[in-house]
Amino acid sequence: MRDQDFFWEGVRDEKILVQRCDACGSLRQPPGPMCPRCQSLDWHPKAMSGRGTVYAFILSKHPTRPDDAPRLVVLVDLEEGVRMVSNLVDVDVRDVRIGMSVEAIFRVVDGATLPLFRMARGA
Amino acid sequence: MSLPLNQTAVVGIGQTEFSKHSGRSPLQLAAEASRAAMLDAGLSPSDIDGMVTFQRDENDELELARSLGIPLLRFTGRAPFGGAGSCATIQIAAAAVASGAARAVLIYRAFNERSGHRFGQPGSYPAPGQLDIHGSFGLDTPAKIYALWYQRYMHKYGVTNEDLGRYVVLARKHAATNPAAWYYRKPITLADHQASRWIVEPILRLLDCCQESDGGVALVVTSAERAGDLRQPGVRIVATSQAHSIGGDIMFDYYRPELEDFEEARVCTEELWRQSGLGPRDIDVALIYENFSPIVFLALEAHGFCGPGEARHFIADGHGELTGSLPLNTNGGLLGEGYIHGVNNLLEGVRQIRGTAANQVVDAEHVLVSASRSNVIFGKL
Repeated sequence: MRDQDFFWEGVRDEKILVQRCDACGSLRQPPGPMCPRCQSLDWHPKAMSGRGTVYAFILSKHPTRPDDAPRLVVLVDLEEGVRMVSNLVDVDVRDVRIGMSVEAIFRVVDGATLPLFRMARGA
Repeated sequence: MSLPLNQTAVVGIGQTEFSKHSGRSPLQLAAEASRAAMLDAGLSPSDIDGMVTFQRDENDELELARSLGIPLLRFTGRAPFGGAGSCATIQIAAAAVASGAARAVLIYRAFNERSGHRFGQPGSYPAPGQLDIHGSFGLDTPAKIYALWYQRYMHKYGVTNEDLGRYVVLARKHAATNPAAWYYRKPITLADHQASRWIVEPILRLLDCCQESDGGVALVVTSAERAGDLRQPGVRIVATSQAHSIGGDIMFDYYRPELEDFEEARVCTEELWRQSGLGPRDIDVALIYENFSPIVFLALEAHGFCGPGEARHFIADGHGELTGSLPLNTNGGLLGEGYIHGVNNLLEGVRQIRGTAANQVVDAEHVLVSASRSNVIFGKL
């Protein structure tokens, strides 16, 4: 049992879930057992819109497996006000800008569904 | 019995060689360094009754105590946050001595991080087959993990990799004249730095990364009063502090609101000034933990040695040279001397106050040893 298990259950349903405190309504990220604001243990997962902006990015060129392609790793600030780690796909690193708008998509990577991001349409 | 924290002192230091293949166990390295520190102080194993290290030390306190022949430990403690806790060992040891919980505390750190498990390499994180909110997206080395937040700083202030390189050249210059440094007699030029391969484009090149080292280091802390009876001149623990903010994380430190503001280092430093009555201008030597070169820039600003975004000019203008306004990482730092998780910088701080450093700064009275989230000011007794 891990505090982040709910997140991956959401990803299987193609949702990005963040914990929302039942008592004070605040969102918390990264996942944790207790609300840092009011110390309540009661929470429910809340689905995010999947819209956000790039806060920081790197090109990971030395992947764990030698045959893996380089990956763009990003910090995305979701419009609901929480930050998450993901990969940016379908874009060249030279076209990535801090602050650019992105949207979530779901793809199977190495046999598991992951929540990824691409440039927002119309951005 | 209790004392103010600044009535405690470092009285002994010891180390092994820093290498890429020690040929002996981490516990042996810890024991060798610890024995050297006790001998340096003129203390015997039965004088030591406390032991301190920090997170991710594979040497067990009891095994080390048994190896050294320490008959009874009355106090132990470990700090969090890996290398950022390296200076917290001093705070813990000083607090133990000041409170009377221990009379003499041994601080140690030892490992084979090049010939044994290479922490900087991919593959050990996350656990195979387990989905993880960080690891599943390819964040599998410290270089990648840290580069994401360094990029924010570089983006905000227009810092380039070449700016980082000017610090690396300085660190290697200092290492080149330190016989204990792995890169002794091996200075580099900015062109060498810029020709080294990208590890995490566009943030870190190979020469921006700390070494992977084998080695062990140790220090002994006791009361200032007792220090007067020992073999070496004691080095006063003038002030020491830790700061860990609510958003912090040892590796994935992404959840603070603005990553380019190094809040923990700033808060930690303010506490040092409060305790000591000193300020940035009173510091004669600064030894700043760098797992990667950008942290020096963030820390110089957070410590108040220069303003936000000014660290690249501070370095380029030569302030960190041995003859500059703030001699910086005089041992060559963790890039140049060796990466014993920052504890080797504590030893350099002690040497600078004793006047025995390879690159000795004349009349060094106050030395800041910074691990950003834990810090100490050393001074004369």
